[in-house]
Amino acid sequence: MAELSRRAPPSPFDVRRLPGFAFVAMFTFFALYLPIVVLVFYAFNAGESVAVWEGFSLRWFKSAWSNEVVQEAALRSFLIATLAAAIATVAATLAALATTRTPPYRGLTFKYAFINQPLMVPEIVTAVALLIVFSRIKVWTGYSGLGYLVLAHAAFCIPFAYLPIRARLEAMDLTLEKAAADLYATPWQAFRRVTLPLLRPGIIAGFMLAFVISLDDVVITEFVKSGGQDTLPTYMLGQLRRIVTPEINAIATVFLAISVVIVTAFFLITRRRE
Amino acid sequence: MNPAEQSANAAAARDIRTRWLLSAPALVIVFVAAIGPLFVMLAYSFMEKGDFGDVKPWTFSLEGWFNVFLSQDIFDGTIGIADAHASIFWRSVSLSLMTTAITLLLGFPTAWFIATRPRATRDIWVFLVTIPFWTNLLIRTFAMQEVIRNEGILNNSLMALGLISTPIQILYTDTAILLGMAYVYLPLMVLPLYAAMDRIDFRLIEAGYDLYAGRWQVLRRIIFPLVKPGVIAGSILVFIPSLGAYVTPRVLGGGKNMMLGNLIELQFGAGRDWPLGAALSITLMLIVMVALLFYVRNATRSGVRGHG
Repeated sequence: MAELSRRAPPSPFDVRRLPGFAFVAMFTFFALYLPIVVLVFYAFNAGESVAVWEGFSLRWFKSAWSNEVVQEAALRSFLIATLAAAIATVAATLAALATTRTPPYRGLTFKYAFINQPLMVPEIVTAVALLIVFSRIKVWTGYSGLGYLVLAHAAFCIPFAYLPIRARLEAMDLTLEKAAADLYATPWQAFRRVTLPLLRPGIIAGFMLAFVISLDDVVITEFVKSGGQDTLPTYMLGQLRRIVTPEINAIATVFLAISVVIVTAFFLITRRRE
Repeated sequence: MNPAEQSANAAAARDIRTRWLLSAPALVIVFVAAIGPLFVMLAYSFMEKGDFGDVKPWTFSLEGWFNVFLSQDIFDGTIGIADAHASIFWRSVSLSLMTTAITLLLGFPTAWFIATRPRATRDIWVFLVTIPFWTNLLIRTFAMQEVIRNEGILNNSLMALGLISTPIQILYTDTAILLGMAYVYLPLMVLPLYAAMDRIDFRLIEAGYDLYAGRWQVLRRIIFPLVKPGVIAGSILVFIPSLGAYVTPRVLGGGKNMMLGNLIELQFGAGRDWPLGAALSITLMLIVMVALLFYVRNATRSGVRGHG
């Protein structure tokens, strides 16, 4: 035994506990959450300032809630996010079915690159390119409704919806569908009764990701929107140029809460899967 | 070819046709609202600018591209480097590099810390990084603004500690942009680093020690090669959005300290020079493409080594 321990490695040094790393990690978590906590804290301020605490109050939540501009922007954000996420999820589901569980075929890599393209280009570039094209189309057709925003959002949501759906499909093999076909199910019946129910968690996760991504978007919305089409984020961006009251904190707090709920649900859904 | 083979081939062809049909909606949407407009923008960069924004259709001019890098003196007509643009390019690149460095310095130990927790608690730490990642970038930028403003918590704490007597002006400086970008993009560094570290088999390191490797050798020969793909992925994921950042410099830089994204916006707003804006956008996109190509080349190379 003594012999063995003498021959033990010269530096019994545990890499799992590198000195200082835990400290930096704690600092990182502190730094990640401090600004958010401060922001939420001042949403409950009774005073007009976002820096001087004057006691607890819900007045800014009430004033944001009764602010008609905020109401409209919030509704518009939800409408766009719902429509864009729905379109993106359907398109992404079909695309995922077309690009998984197959031997490689000509054009497969092209499809991957094409679908993921919105992730590769800086948002500001896509935003001004859309501004150029849509402003032309607005003049030609005279239509300047929400359709442009929904279409633009659907496009950049597709890669986000595609990701979890494709991952889910790749984890499923074709045996069950083959079994269904052996039992004389038509391809549609096999899809409807076998593939779709198995795919559902992926589809829900994809929809939720797309929804959050659309809800959060500032840059593309800022450039594509016509007058009077502010979403909640672009409304907030406009307000930041003025003197900020805790009303913005209140709006941001509600927004944060919604995102956190959706992300937590997403986390739970994808985790249960594993 | 026998009949069985023929029908198999026909079935395969039909399958591929169905697959194209199924992917059509996604391809069309992405083409109409993301890829197609980039080509229109490329065309616009070669047109004459209109008098009130927009362009004069079907004209040809290199002025937009000329103005990206060069400027003509209004008085004597001499041509020189566009100093204002050069400084904005430089600010964008240097701030993005510094953001990448800061996030790497903080992100590496953090990811390492998470990867070395027991299985049960690891997911909680990952979740804590994921939450800020998915919360609105504008809200996080705004939160940072409140922390670093003159009467914000940072200056107040420093004054309470007696380290400074008057608030330091951080907001509306390059430092503010740097702090803001490091803050909003930090999760983009931690997550891929963690993904790479999570796959490390710690028995390899013990084996290294057993074979009389020193600490430095273990770090250089075992840990670094395993973590390298994560470092590259994280750096690319931070560098690219930093370079094209628009919201963070607009909110924290206060209009004067522009980055490329804001310079581009200016051309489509008050600047009314769409060809220049288009040319600047394409320049930005090309820089990003180069960074991505670098990443893909590295990723495939280390991927091959990893599996081999």
